Amino acid sequence: MIYETSSAAIAIFAAFVVSVIALSFFLGRKGQSAKAYYAAHGEIHWFVNGIAFAGDYLSAASFLGICGMIAFSGYDGFLYSIGFLAGWIVALFVIAEPIKALGRFTFADALDSTFQSRGIKLAVAISTLVVSIFYLIPQMVGAGDLIVPLLGLPHAAGVILVGVAVTMIVVTAGMVSTTWVQFIKGSLLVFFCGILAAMILDRGLVVKTIDLTPQVRTVTPTGQVLIDGKPQSKDHDLRPVGTIKALPARYAGQTSTGPLRPLEYLAALEDSTVVTWSSKKHTDAAGTHTTYSPVERSGGELLKPGVYFKGLTTGKLADRLDFASLMLALFCGTASLPHILIRYYTVKDASAARKSTVVGIAAIGAFYVLTLYLGLGAMTSGALDPTSTNMAAPLLAKSFSTTLFAIISAIAFTTVLGTVSGLIMAGSGAVAHDLLENVCGITMTDHEKVRYGKIAAVGLGLVAMALGILFRNFNVSFLVGWAFNLAASANLPSLVMLLFWPRTTKQGIIAAVTVGMVASLSWILLSADTYEKVYGWSREASVVPFSQPGLVTIPLGFLVLIVVSLLTPPPTQKVRRHG
Amino acid sequence: MPTTKQQHADTPPSGGDGDSGSSRIGLVLFWIYVLLYVGFMILVLFRPDLLSIRPFGGVNLAIAYGMGLIGSAFVLALIYMVARSKR
Repeated sequence: MIYETSSAAIAIFAAFVVSVIALSFFLGRKGQSAKAYYAAHGEIHWFVNGIAFAGDYLSAASFLGICGMIAFSGYDGFLYSIGFLAGWIVALFVIAEPIKALGRFTFADALDSTFQSRGIKLAVAISTLVVSIFYLIPQMVGAGDLIVPLLGLPHAAGVILVGVAVTMIVVTAGMVSTTWVQFIKGSLLVFFCGILAAMILDRGLVVKTIDLTPQVRTVTPTGQVLIDGKPQSKDHDLRPVGTIKALPARYAGQTSTGPLRPLEYLAALEDSTVVTWSSKKHTDAAGTHTTYSPVERSGGELLKPGVYFKGLTTGKLADRLDFASLMLALFCGTASLPHILIRYYTVKDASAARKSTVVGIAAIGAFYVLTLYLGLGAMTSGALDPTSTNMAAPLLAKSFSTTLFAIISAIAFTTVLGTVSGLIMAGSGAVAHDLLENVCGITMTDHEKVRYGKIAAVGLGLVAMALGILFRNFNVSFLVGWAFNLAASANLPSLVMLLFWPRTTKQGIIAAVTVGMVASLSWILLSADTYEKVYGWSREASVVPFSQPGLVTIPLGFLVLIVVSLLTPPPTQKVRRHG
Repeated sequence: MPTTKQQHADTPPSGGDGDSGSSRIGLVLFWIYVLLYVGFMILVLFRPDLLSIRPFGGVNLAIAYGMGLIGSAFVLALIYMVARSKR
């Protein structure tokens, strides 16, 4: 669909970017020690850190992706919310306090605290960089995707705009400015999603009569876009979709339920009839044609699993294992993401780490409950773009008012800023602190540690921009799943075993990180999903039984660590005590 | 004076504050949540028909259990915070 450029969205976004960069410069004047740059002096208040956790964690995939998936497929999108939040239980009860006690600036610091091994630092630094880059790509591509319809700029301009802004935020004051940007973003995101959810409940469910004729979008070999055979224009475009066709019997004769309480809303939707839209693509000499067709479903069907994860209803074992593997990766991945783990170094002690995680769980949990209402509100708003699931939340806001649309669009941009700045901080620490200082043995003064960190941040910012442009047409949802699988397979086994199994050796950790990373990456590249959606090959040609690797590669990481540790000399008491 | 690395290396890897009793509380709460999560997964994978029943004011079990998992994460986190602060 063609969108009108929103000058209000541009103004709000510009005001936010200018404000946070100004704040970053102000904070940057307050000291430039290595501890300030990498760990915000270790003096961030636990409440601020907790909200910053939300700002760090709730990426574009969470905000735009989950809302969109719920809007088009119902309950299955909420399964991502459940899995993403469950991961915080691992973080709080298993990881939070030990990681704070063991580490200093980076994830490698914690894993290597017992052994002081270059091999561990190298393996963990590489895994940090790989995970961070896999997580960076969808954020940058998402930034470009938002810029095109909302600001009327080319995709590359959006990627560069976000890349430059984030690099400036990180370079000016490192973790201090990153923390405050994430705090502001986390607060705005939860607050405005709450407002939007309240407006959805106040509107209730409304029956809308729309044209249900299938729509065809054609992209010709010359790149021209046709809608139902005629050139696309503002006057001849795809029709917005997503409506209630019939309300429950208790509202017989009415076209609106009126305001509903939260549980009433879900119960009423369950008994309603909803029209969602599916798409089917085919290519011939005239171009690539995508046909969008209405699908009438009961609310009950949309509020249980199986619309998106079709494998749950086929009864095939491989499909079930694929889903179980995804949910395991989400559960284990959160506490293994380097950009989340380094946030534990910004508070003063283990108690603050614990409290900030609880605040983070509260903010993130509230947000995920709100996403259910946002997604279902979008599903029935009559405002969805059938070509873009990512635009569901902004278009839902537009169905209320253009001002709210501008605010939600601007918040979507800030969502990208907050997460990307955390990822660049994690990568910057891995390059400067882990690789250059600890692996290569370059002796640095405190000032040089900061300088190298900033140079690494600029380099990573440029890499992020290049990848965001390069992967423009890539199916980005894969990459978020890849990052969680990679993080859980490479990092979690070593972290958990180091804490709970005294027989763990440095060779075991190096082997587990390396094998977990390589195995999960290889599995993904050989999976049916990647064959079909990335390479364009037949799914049947895939050599692995299901697409999500976690169910195999996470236990493999534990197994490798145990076997290698048992085959190598046990750590001496001295090593266990002093490293 | 010990170096920063030594200070961190000297800290016991498990237990955070070095309080193993408190860590046990965390692990007990962790396993409670794992049981809830696994129970949910078993329903989704093997008995999805049960998720359609509507035991809670017209809201089906799929929604109620999902919301319950999110809510219970927060409740367990609060219990943990209170338990740790009393020690």
